[in-house]
Amino acid sequence: MSDNPIRILIAKPGLDGHDRGAKIIARALRDAGLEVIYTGLRQSPMMIVEAAMQEDVKAIGVSILSGAHQVLVPRIINLLHEKGLGHVPLLVGGIIPENDVDELFQLGVAGVFGPGTSTSDIVSLVQDVVSSNKNKINYSA
Amino acid sequence: MSLTKQIISGDRRALAQALTLIENDDHSSQHILTDVYRHTGCAHLIGITGIPGVGKSTLINSLAKLMRKSGDKLGLLAIDPSSQFSQGAILGDRIRMKDLLGDEGIFIRSMASRGVLGGLSSTTAAAVDLLDAAGFDRVIVETVGVGQSEVDIASNAQTSIVVLCPGLGDSIQAAKSGILEIADIIVINKSDYPEVNLTKSYLREMIDIGSAAQTSGSETQNIIDDINEKLDTDSSIWEVPIITTVATTGEGIGDLFEQLLAHYEHIKSTGEIIRRRHSRLRAIFESQLRKQLYTKLSQMLSEDYCLRQLEVIMERETDPYTAATNCIKHFETNYIGDED
Ligand SMILES: Nc1nc2c(ncn2[C@@H]2O[C@H](COP(=O)(O)OP(=O)(O)O)[C@@H](O)[C@H]2O)c(=O)[nH]1
Ligand SMILES: [Mg+2]
Repeated sequence: MSDNPIRILIAKPGLDGHDRGAKIIARALRDAGLEVIYTGLRQSPMMIVEAAMQEDVKAIGVSILSGAHQVLVPRIINLLHEKGLGHVPLLVGGIIPENDVDELFQLGVAGVFGPGTSTSDIVSLVQDVVSSNKNKINYSA
Repeated sequence: MSLTKQIISGDRRALAQALTLIENDDHSSQHILTDVYRHTGCAHLIGITGIPGVGKSTLINSLAKLMRKSGDKLGLLAIDPSSQFSQGAILGDRIRMKDLLGDEGIFIRSMASRGVLGGLSSTTAAAVDLLDAAGFDRVIVETVGVGQSEVDIASNAQTSIVVLCPGLGDSIQAAKSGILEIADIIVINKSDYPEVNLTKSYLREMIDIGSAAQTSGSETQNIIDDINEKLDTDSSIWEVPIITTVATTGEGIGDLFEQLLAHYEHIKSTGEIIRRRHSRLRAIFESQLRKQLYTKLSQMLSEDYCLRQLEVIMERETDPYTAATNCIKHFETNYIGDED
């Protein structure tokens, strides 16, 4: 069953009304054979985690341009744990200052990519993160 | 607790995981479906079909808000086509359903068609059964109306809504494709655009002719008269309403909800709902037969055997039609014959 497409949620939290980057990533992932649940702009951490739960995605990607990552990311991670989704890898894209990257990793973020990252790197990062996470997902009926 | 028990008891995460197993055709999915089956049959199954961009998701957003006011719990399934090139998909229906997030009475699932032959309809049917068993009062399935899929939805839904937009192009296309015939309710969305009335009268005419043609073969006008007469006297005939809406503002959504309820009452009181249940279950049963038979057949006929057949076809010593018949014969004599 390994050839089932990977389902990933791509969301744009925060208040800035600009999701071009998120859309480009969504398209690149689609072209790499992933199923992208795209939720669009101005998603609260609650909305993101709730959608990830209902869609049972294998990964979540958020694009943050507003510099609000220090607030948004911990909230998303906390909510994921609260909902029993702590195992779902969270990837963060956007303008993240070098000094903050380590902090994000310590919070449990599985991957960070800046504006310069090529879409093919993003695609392989997502695929790696999901496949290395596979055995943690408990599907016992 | 088993996954099924969790689903029945309203565990949303268990439901989400089970939907994945069904969608992936995991070996456990038949077991899950068998378990939930006796908990199904309670939900009102609604299909919403129309070309991409006509406003189906926006419409569902407005309609669902209204339905929630009367306390109904809603399961929503939004199906979008997979890319033919990459097998991937962008599922963007949630963008339009923003008002529905954070409501425990609503569960939304996006699904890609994954392009499996006949697979979408059986996956959809199975997903609908899960939502039904999970206790949602109404289950709404959004699909893009192309090719056969709208017909599949008809066999899944108890009430089928076809969404069109103003302008004759879309309507003529819909009439030609036969999609109008499956509609229990027609919605002309984006009625803030011009040509609404023209579209409406065209559709009215096509629907009347359509239902006339189904009745018998004599002169159309006479039959329309007949039907109009019958409508006055016979409450067993459902006249397909045409509702104009602006999904973005909510205009006309009240009418739509009213007609949905009326249609549900109508099929319940006339017994039509039993016929629809029957044809839905028949479709599921037949597709399972096909699927299981095919699986069995491909297990029994070795890959070598099939490759040999292909070679013979390539050499033009036989044709694909005879070769297929021969395969079945081979299967029968080797595996079935000795049982009786
Ligand atoms: N003007 C107008 N735009 C609408 C209406 N309903 C939907 N839209 C817009 O049409 C676009 C497609 O809507 P969507 O619900 O995604 O369509 P779907 O592909 O059929 O699900 C979006 O930009 C909506 O905002 C309407 O009644 N009037
Ligand atoms: Mg849609």
